Amino acid sequence: MRLVLKTASMIGLALTIVPAVMVATHMLPWQTHADLMAGGMVLWFVTAPFWMKKQ
Amino acid sequence: MSSSKSVTEKLDSLYEYDREPVATTHLHGPGKFLGMYAGEHIAGTEYIIGPLFVAHGVTVTDFFGGLLLGNILAVLSWAFIVAPIAVRTRLTLYWQLRKSAGPGLTAAYSLVNAIMFCFLAGSMISVSATAVGLPFGMDMPRLEDTLPTSLGWVLVVIGVGALVTILAILGFEKLARFATIASPWMVLVFVAGAIAVLPMLGVHSVDDFWRVAKEKIWTGTPFPGMTRFSFWHVAFFSWFCNLAMHIGMADMSMLRFARKWTYGFTSASGMFLGHFVAWAASGILCAAASGNVAPGPIAYLGAGVAGAVSVVIAGWTTANPTLYRAGLAFQVATPDWKRWKVTLAAGVITTIAALFPALMMKLLDFVALYGLLLMPMGAVVFADYWLFPRLGLRAGYAEVQGLAVSWPALLAWAVSLALCFVLPVELYFKALPGWFIAIATFVVAGAIQQRKDAKGAR
Repeated sequence: MRLVLKTASMIGLALTIVPAVMVATHMLPWQTHADLMAGGMVLWFVTAPFWMKKQ
Repeated sequence: MSSSKSVTEKLDSLYEYDREPVATTHLHGPGKFLGMYAGEHIAGTEYIIGPLFVAHGVTVTDFFGGLLLGNILAVLSWAFIVAPIAVRTRLTLYWQLRKSAGPGLTAAYSLVNAIMFCFLAGSMISVSATAVGLPFGMDMPRLEDTLPTSLGWVLVVIGVGALVTILAILGFEKLARFATIASPWMVLVFVAGAIAVLPMLGVHSVDDFWRVAKEKIWTGTPFPGMTRFSFWHVAFFSWFCNLAMHIGMADMSMLRFARKWTYGFTSASGMFLGHFVAWAASGILCAAASGNVAPGPIAYLGAGVAGAVSVVIAGWTTANPTLYRAGLAFQVATPDWKRWKVTLAAGVITTIAALFPALMMKLLDFVALYGLLLMPMGAVVFADYWLFPRLGLRAGYAEVQGLAVSWPALLAWAVSLALCFVLPVELYFKALPGWFIAIATFVVAGAIQQRKDAKGAR
């Protein structure tokens, strides 16, 4: 379970940074990047408190 | 608390739990400090400091060169000034200063600190308000604004201030924990926002960056009405923006838990992520927003809803413990008020301060002043601990003699501040000579005091 939560958190962080790089390289429109970042934010805050608490 | 208790007795009881040196079983490894410093220095204020450097017309080489030098000097200050004393004494600044300056002067220091905390928390509430006001179409304060700009601004600031105050009254531990969780995400939001706006500035490949940075971001031309900042402004500001924490010794409270003094170097995580990457990122966002410096709109421009939320969280999570600490310090000066009442009073002061955009727009000046006011007491602790024994003087003389106020420490504080304010240099450069003035005054006055007492005893 912990591994699943950690993996989801990492996906949340990846959704925060990767779309921005894709906007900068003209591979993604800005709005999609903003939506993906919002999704990444939700994913991070929903999962990180559970495994970070144990560290 | 009994009404007959003096201010110093009240302070002592507040800090009672950390009166004893930290036990060796409670020491932490370097990872803990890397995380704490990174979390603490990626705050809401980073969203305004980066744009203010852009507004002050820093050139790109001055910006990056100044930040590099200033942040290295800040890390060295943590490592060589505060950490060695923190791990040897294992005490907080409060208890160490009490030995050197006496309980009365330490109480005065705590109150000055509390007032500064209120203003600092106020600037963080202003920062959050610029993001909370976005969905309401609120008029954003501009660089030159000093007074409240609209009814919308007043209402949003009061709303944010009330919420932060209520959470501070309820205790800040849970929110502090939330801040720790938010910090890895927050760094990435800063970086992602800046990367996403690069095409708006004309950066289409890595090769374009330096040219665009020179021509459109850190141009060397200040905004109208702003003074021009040089390499030295950037270097000294980034060195001294946490003056109270390192040279002022406030971080003894944190580093006393370090196994080794070398953990002072872990402050590099906060300096280079918060005061380098985040300042550069928010500067890029400001340029992409055509010079808009309001944190909410610029973060939204780069990262959409996540950017705006990060401004709220960054401002909120840092304002909250700051306000809580201010309430704690004010408690000593109030006639037996309950903690919640004192924190409420501090929250009201903080929210009123936050209504004035000048606090946020003049943040560079405020931060420099904050450090300058508190720095002399750090110099007193430094001189008392290292220099007094080497000069044949008794360290911790105020404690040994049972003095409420050490007049050499009071003189060091007063003389260094008085001379700093008349020194014909800008505010950012006053602290360095001020530190030497405070040390020299304390050493000379301390020597006179101890010789005079010795003669009297013979």
